[in-house]
Amino acid sequence: MLAFVIQRVAQSALVLLVVGLVAFSMFRFVGDPIDNMLGQERTQADIDRLRTQLGLDQPFPVQYVKFLGNAVQGNFGISYRQGRPVSDILMERAPATLELAAVSGFLAIFIGIGLGVFTAIRREGFAANAIMSLSLIGVSLPTFLIGILLIYLFSVELGWLPSFGRGDTVRVGGWSTGFLTASGLKALILPSITLGLYQMTLIMRLVRSEMLEVLRQDYIRFARARGLRERAVNFRHALKNTLVPVITVTGLQLGSIIAFAIITETVFQWPGVGLLFINAIQFVDIPVMAAYLMLISVMFVGINLIVDLLYFSIDPRLRADRTKAH
Amino acid sequence: MTDTQLPPDAPIAVKDPSRLSLALQSDFIYTFKRSPVAMISFAVVTIMVLAAIFAPLVAPYNPFDPASLNLMNGFSRPMTPNAFTGDTFWLGTDDQGRDVFSTILYGMRISLFVGAAAVLFAMILGITLGMLAGYVGGWTETIIMRVADVQLTFPAILVAMLIFGIAKGITPVEYRDQMAIWVLIIAIGLSDWVQFARVVRGATLVEKNKEYVQAARLIGRTSPAIMLRHILPNVLGPVLVIATISLALAIIAEATLSFLGVGAPPTQPSLGTLIRIGQGFLFSGEWWILLFPAATLLALALSVNLLGDWLRDALNPRLR
Repeated sequence: MLAFVIQRVAQSALVLLVVGLVAFSMFRFVGDPIDNMLGQERTQADIDRLRTQLGLDQPFPVQYVKFLGNAVQGNFGISYRQGRPVSDILMERAPATLELAAVSGFLAIFIGIGLGVFTAIRREGFAANAIMSLSLIGVSLPTFLIGILLIYLFSVELGWLPSFGRGDTVRVGGWSTGFLTASGLKALILPSITLGLYQMTLIMRLVRSEMLEVLRQDYIRFARARGLRERAVNFRHALKNTLVPVITVTGLQLGSIIAFAIITETVFQWPGVGLLFINAIQFVDIPVMAAYLMLISVMFVGINLIVDLLYFSIDPRLRADRTKAH
Repeated sequence: MTDTQLPPDAPIAVKDPSRLSLALQSDFIYTFKRSPVAMISFAVVTIMVLAAIFAPLVAPYNPFDPASLNLMNGFSRPMTPNAFTGDTFWLGTDDQGRDVFSTILYGMRISLFVGAAAVLFAMILGITLGMLAGYVGGWTETIIMRVADVQLTFPAILVAMLIFGIAKGITPVEYRDQMAIWVLIIAIGLSDWVQFARVVRGATLVEKNKEYVQAARLIGRTSPAIMLRHILPNVLGPVLVIATISLALAIIAEATLSFLGVGAPPTQPSLGTLIRIGQGFLFSGEWWILLFPAATLLALALSVNLLGDWLRDALNPRLR
């Protein structure tokens, strides 16, 4: 167990170091930051001052170590475009993205598992078949088209829900939340559906196929024969055993939710980190791009690690096999 | 005994069936004929590819020729004569009086070109690296597959965005629009090679221990020749399937990037760029500028996808 954990943590650290190198190389070799930050009317003195201020006059390894040290402390430099510290901008934007991702993930997991169980139990029913066919469309529609369609239907035609932004937000400490106002909650509906739909269909189809597999097994038949209630059989016995692959996929999908938030945030002009990243790419704002890259890598690597460890602790067979192998 | 009599060991001349007739009798064609989904999606893809290739001939207008545009034609509704000029456009016009049907044809051209080129690039890169990893093994394999693993941790679209962003930073400002299409191809291609590399590596590991490879080695063929002439043809089947599915994904990836404004520039609009432009007119009621490019993209991606699914089943019955 311990060896496995250490191995996985070491691998994760290696990945992060590589990503750090990529991020740093972007800083060092893409474009001239001085060019980007100073306008047309600059003097040599301005250029020299900024060069020293940004540390661009020092040798490569020194800059890399400095960069890593700064990154660990959450200091990603100054945005070329906004002229403010990147960490401040990120902190400002993070709540929007995290709230959106949390609601989407919640929708995806609970509705996904619920519908998956439903379609597996009522396999022949009309409703289950309809849901399955609809899910096919959900998988093949690109995210941004789903968003646009929802906007067209609910904002333009029906006028029920806002088409962009977060609505009114309330500041709680350093966190601006949209959960506490009516307009904030209304603004969350369309983006979170857009973002969560793909993951939801994925989880639903996975749960369904796993459930169908499990329901065929002998111990389920035996549980029925013992006279257990249908509900107990379905949820206590069957669902529990479908959860291992579901957790893996769900965990990995949570990372994608953060990544795909870029698309949803652009469609809905949601003032989150994803929109910031897209704008950074458009204006070649390297510090913001690099910081986003580092943040999202930490998130992805962390999620992967947690999923691996969870997998390990949920499935006793894995543990048994490993101890035998060693 | 006559001169015409054949020697006893002469081969009996039976006319070999031609390659074409063999192909037509194969299971492959048989399942194709039996699958309406495959036939319809194949027809849709074929029509779209032809329409895209011959866009200058098919399109009623050239949307990039300023001389042919008439601002008075702006915002014409589909199938309705324009109030000022009386011209009728099948799918309407945008704000500058550009025929939406024509822009879709030209946009589809760019979408398909970028998608196909990106998949080709990913395929070549993936096959090369995957085969090297599988055949050479050792450190080469470790490095290639570790890179693949790391890249697989991140969603392809994110990798493509990042590569696009970096490339944009490297290219000088005045070339950015011209280079955008090529940058896009490289970005999507680089984000997608891992799939190919993994499958080809797996197949190569199986193939390289087979007798024909040992035989080739015995007669002194060099490693590159063995990889290229002997192993490659035997691993191409699954590659073809992944390529089809990748094409659908690449088309959607391109559309997504262009929609986000980090892809094809407005001077060379792809379907995604057209959707991006169209979204701006949604609120003022000009739905057709958005709807038709979106429907085209959907039809294209869906048919390629269905075709890929069918191909996977047809070529590999075990997966069914």
